[in-house]
Amino acid sequence: MGEILRVEHLRYVYGEGLPDATVALDDVSFSIEEGQFVGVIGSTGCGKSTLIGHFNGINRPTGGHVYVAGEDLWADPSQIRKFRFMVGLVFQYPEYQLFEETVYKDIAFGPRNMGLDDAEVDRRVRRAASFCGIGDDWLDKSPFDLSGGQKRRVAIAGVLAMEPRVLVLDEPAAGLDPEGRDTILGQLKEYHRQTGTTTVLVSHSMEDIAKYADRVLVLDAGKIAMYDETEKVFARAPELLALGLSVPEVTKVFLRLKEWGLEIPTDVYTIPYAVKTILAEKARREAAGGEGGGAPC
Amino acid sequence: MDEMLTARDIRFAYEEGGRLAIDGLSVQVNKGEFLAVLGANGCGKSTLAKHFNAILLPTAGKVLVEGMDTADEDRLWDIRQKVGMVFQNPDNQIVATVVEEDVAFALENLGVEPGEMRRRVDEAMELAGVYKYREKAPHKLSGGQKQRVAIAGVIAMRPDCLVLDEATAMLDPIGREKVMRTVRSLNRDHGITVVAITHYMEEAAQADRVVVMSGGKVALEGTPKEVFSQVEAVRALHLDVPQSAELCHELTAAGCPMPPDLICVDECAAALYKLLTGKEAPAHG
Repeated sequence: MGEILRVEHLRYVYGEGLPDATVALDDVSFSIEEGQFVGVIGSTGCGKSTLIGHFNGINRPTGGHVYVAGEDLWADPSQIRKFRFMVGLVFQYPEYQLFEETVYKDIAFGPRNMGLDDAEVDRRVRRAASFCGIGDDWLDKSPFDLSGGQKRRVAIAGVLAMEPRVLVLDEPAAGLDPEGRDTILGQLKEYHRQTGTTTVLVSHSMEDIAKYADRVLVLDAGKIAMYDETEKVFARAPELLALGLSVPEVTKVFLRLKEWGLEIPTDVYTIPYAVKTILAEKARREAAGGEGGGAPC
Repeated sequence: MDEMLTARDIRFAYEEGGRLAIDGLSVQVNKGEFLAVLGANGCGKSTLAKHFNAILLPTAGKVLVEGMDTADEDRLWDIRQKVGMVFQNPDNQIVATVVEEDVAFALENLGVEPGEMRRRVDEAMELAGVYKYREKAPHKLSGGQKQRVAIAGVIAMRPDCLVLDEATAMLDPIGREKVMRTVRSLNRDHGITVVAITHYMEEAAQADRVVVMSGGKVALEGTPKEVFSQVEAVRALHLDVPQSAELCHELTAAGCPMPPDLICVDECAAALYKLLTGKEAPAHG
């Protein structure tokens, strides 16, 4: 599959020319293939939100270029609106952006703005609602009568209903309990699996990134620190810690074992893989028969 | 031990005759204790938090703060001064345009004289680790810094107890860690009782005691080890256990028995070291 998003030498400065000008992005270049699920991580203030705001033209680069499906977003600024439909952005705490009288109308807002006819709008609203686990009985309710987690799913459905080619989500699970988090992220993963829509997930949670993303982009102080397949990024756990990121707890356990001198891989970031690794290491030690013989288990 | 907070068989409904958000709950928090309250969304844990300084009054039952009944209106100001609350969203808790003025806000309302106010504001900012931002505008601070400003505003009132209602939910891991470090030090070094409502199991693992709520009731209670060793019970309440506990549980299930009560990285790594090498783990440092 081809490339859907390309960022070239992107530079963005807040308040350029002013005494307190701040460089938020500095010479950032990378590309995303169509259909990938990419996680973006980095500590607060590293430029994550600034970066994704460039994907659909909310931010205009101070320098460099952003291409979506091969087209330069800013080649003709009068055409920028079309990229807003191609790249769907779900902001942090999107439930605060609901405003319509009913859930149905709120989800329909985006597709209506695209100028689609009623039948197509209806098809899209129902499809997006069903992906987000929103039953038909909710559609006539006021979004303000729903719980926080439900509202958030409505807000996400509103973006899915535009059927963008690239879906970008900024901390979609922030503030939810473990079950609410798994529900939303599971639905997004399922949407990705069924539709093949390129998905970019911004998160502070390494556990979530580890579970859902195929590739990970690590930002640090406005620059790309790493961009690679998920397991290769997690294999560099000590560097991630040095960047002020928090690695999954299970990764920390393996780092500690390594510190204590055990020959053990440290690219362990999920529980099933951790179990497999420990059992394999134990079997290897028992077969070797040395090094204390392996404690009776 | 002295009781800081006591909830005795309380019930609460947001609407008369409506669903009970709290349904027959009793809990006691001792002075100097660090209690974590866990539970899935909608289990009533934030509702409970709001009972601890009389923002909400129980529909039935009693809540006592150092023996004072929260239903006693004459004691309302004493209760609010004893128990300070920090909420989830940092942007909803800051009122002033300069950090130190925000920290002084409650003291001004209480009519504390200026010299004393200066001393208490400085001390509170030092304790919360925001002294160096004292002249900054709050909107230029990060979420974690803002939460620590909110904590400073509360501790300037010299409360005996701090109630955190998901105070770290909107923060990144570093901000979260700094807020928790501040809270732990207030608890350990300054004897402030802490009740932390949280979704983060690693935070709960650091508490003295954990209460897990479900359907407005206490479902599990005990030390973090006692609670998190019950992996299946915790999962049945739609919560996770810390990954260290989960790893030990899964290894046991895979036919390699591990102790059930290891809930932090150090303990889990030490047990695995012993399992693999047959030797005690080196003392770390």
